[in-house]
Amino acid sequence: MVRVGLAGLGKMGLSHLAIFRAHPDVEVAAVCDPTGYVRSVLGKYTGLVTTASMEAMVEVADLDAVVIATPTHMHSDMVGAALERGLHVFCEKPFCLDVADAERLAQLARDRELVTQVGYHNRYVGAFAEAKRLVEAGAIGRLTHVLAEAYGPVVLKEQGTTWRSRKAAGGGCLYDYAAHPLNLVNWYLGEPRFATGSVLNRVFSAETDDEVLTTLRYDDQVSAQVSVSWSDESQRKMTTRLTLWGTQGRIFVDRQEIQVYLRDTASVPQGYRTGWNVKYTTELTDPVWFYLRGEEYSAQVADFVDRIGQGRVEGVNDFASAAVTDRTIAKLVDDATGASVPRPPVVVDTGRRRRLRLPRWFDRTRKAAAA
Amino acid sequence: MTSVETRITPSDRAVEPLRLDRLLFGDNQFFGVNHMSEEKARAQSMRFQDIAAVIEVLDAAHDEQVRSFMCTTHDRIAEVADHVRAHPQRYRDQVFLPCMPYAHKYANAMTEDGPVGAIKRFLPDEGFLDAALRGGRSLATKDIEGITTLLIDSEMKMFAGLSTPVVFLQNVVVDLLLGLGFDEAFTIFAEHVRSRYGAEPGFITMNAPMLLPVLERLGIDDPVICANLNKVGFRMSGGIEAHRALLEQGRCRMIAMSVFASGAIPPAEAIAWVCEQPNISSIVFGASSRANIASTRRLVEQLWTR
Repeated sequence: MVRVGLAGLGKMGLSHLAIFRAHPDVEVAAVCDPTGYVRSVLGKYTGLVTTASMEAMVEVADLDAVVIATPTHMHSDMVGAALERGLHVFCEKPFCLDVADAERLAQLARDRELVTQVGYHNRYVGAFAEAKRLVEAGAIGRLTHVLAEAYGPVVLKEQGTTWRSRKAAGGGCLYDYAAHPLNLVNWYLGEPRFATGSVLNRVFSAETDDEVLTTLRYDDQVSAQVSVSWSDESQRKMTTRLTLWGTQGRIFVDRQEIQVYLRDTASVPQGYRTGWNVKYTTELTDPVWFYLRGEEYSAQVADFVDRIGQGRVEGVNDFASAAVTDRTIAKLVDDATGASVPRPPVVVDTGRRRRLRLPRWFDRTRKAAAA
Repeated sequence: MTSVETRITPSDRAVEPLRLDRLLFGDNQFFGVNHMSEEKARAQSMRFQDIAAVIEVLDAAHDEQVRSFMCTTHDRIAEVADHVRAHPQRYRDQVFLPCMPYAHKYANAMTEDGPVGAIKRFLPDEGFLDAALRGGRSLATKDIEGITTLLIDSEMKMFAGLSTPVVFLQNVVVDLLLGLGFDEAFTIFAEHVRSRYGAEPGFITMNAPMLLPVLERLGIDDPVICANLNKVGFRMSGGIEAHRALLEQGRCRMIAMSVFASGAIPPAEAIAWVCEQPNISSIVFGASSRANIASTRRLVEQLWTR
């Protein structure tokens, strides 16, 4: 039995609480939230032990692990305190607002041999995992380009009263929405060298971004474009989708389905054929013991609990992996706000001979220096 | 269409026994809900953009004797309800089975305004929650009951004057409460739906084997439960065997949904499997054309011999 404490009873916290509590190998020993009425209602109706702070929670309950579902700007301190106490940690996404914190905490968890996980649930979606499997098997050859999109109807007018509308708290479309497609791009392509053409655009919000656009550049001949908006009323709920182009085919994938086109020169994986292949979530999704809002939310919790039981420190969405997404977000922000230093040129392999393609600013700098 | 007369729960205050049609008409197709493909979902959103297109399909269902409409309390259903109220002759025997709440409305509001802000936004009288919260930092039982019943009433308003023999709680709420262990909310819902609307409380869930013992412990006996039941076990948490055991025990009135597993099972095979299972009261299905409604009806008439 894994004894879990949960911090933060907002939208994600309540959802995690229901899923963890329904897990047969978990005992939710205590929860904490500064809001009095949430504590009193939960305490009265569910019998849960509640405290106002995490410090109090870890004192009253003998815990093995904590779930941190507080606003993003609070993650690093709370995660640090939990790791120092020797607790395994599941933290909501995005991991940390400051990359240095993310790296420090990933190292601390490694040193203490603690199991860590960040709630990038898309990696537990059957269709996205199938795309990962196909890419790794080389089914569409060498990747050349990825388009990652996410749209949804969160901010549709000029208002908003929660932390999600405050930039300093880690609110905004970038952290709330764009983190997901960026994390998937990291999964398929790894960490980009730099971001270019980045835009953090306000549509309705006073303080935060509502649209996020960027191009992520890698060392070899591959790039990713990201287009995200949480101010798109035409969507019923958040939808995340990626298109991946390779030398041997193309993959389109969203939560529901994967459409794979394989050229006749492709090495065709089992269960696939050349030309079009379509597989649906019904076929790609493993059943879960308890369903609340998508198998992936339950599957990530089950994996976290299993990893604790088996002492598997490394795993899907561990802190080191989430730090890659934090670094990607930081590169994007630097680019969008003009904080980035001049970048090294990208080496482009043309297949015939290697040459450097220099960005325009390099030319301009050289001319200016010559003048 | 044949009706199955099911048992009345001991606590049922309604005079009439609940009669559920074997085939209930669902509404996912009208609101761009498609568990298979976002592309298909969008095409359906476009097709059913005008409420006239929805009513045309409902008319076709009505003409095929499929007269129970199991629908979300989406704003657009209010327009359907208005239309049905305005044409009582055309829609004789039409029954609504409301499923509340329309969860995305609350989820998006929660992201914007937090849990209290979201509840406030949908309460008919904001003063109630303010008064309750002002009274100190803890909410009394009567406050929780008050808020819950006010939310139910605001969702039910659109069905005034129409027949609503069962009122369902949506799966995302049922399963959230189930996971949290917030059992008393089921009792509050059941009591209010019975006393105020003379209706049977219904519970939509993805975790039927886990839910039934909880409802029974609360004294909600022989409950109306709507759960995924399909040959491939899609979204049947607890597993297909646990669901079979549940059906064999016959301790609830079961409505089967997702019988085609979002199109993964051919229609005849899907219906045949459901019809082989014991103690299923009804099947809820969605369709966008009269031909599809008619073919599902034919399959059920052919295969549901019990």
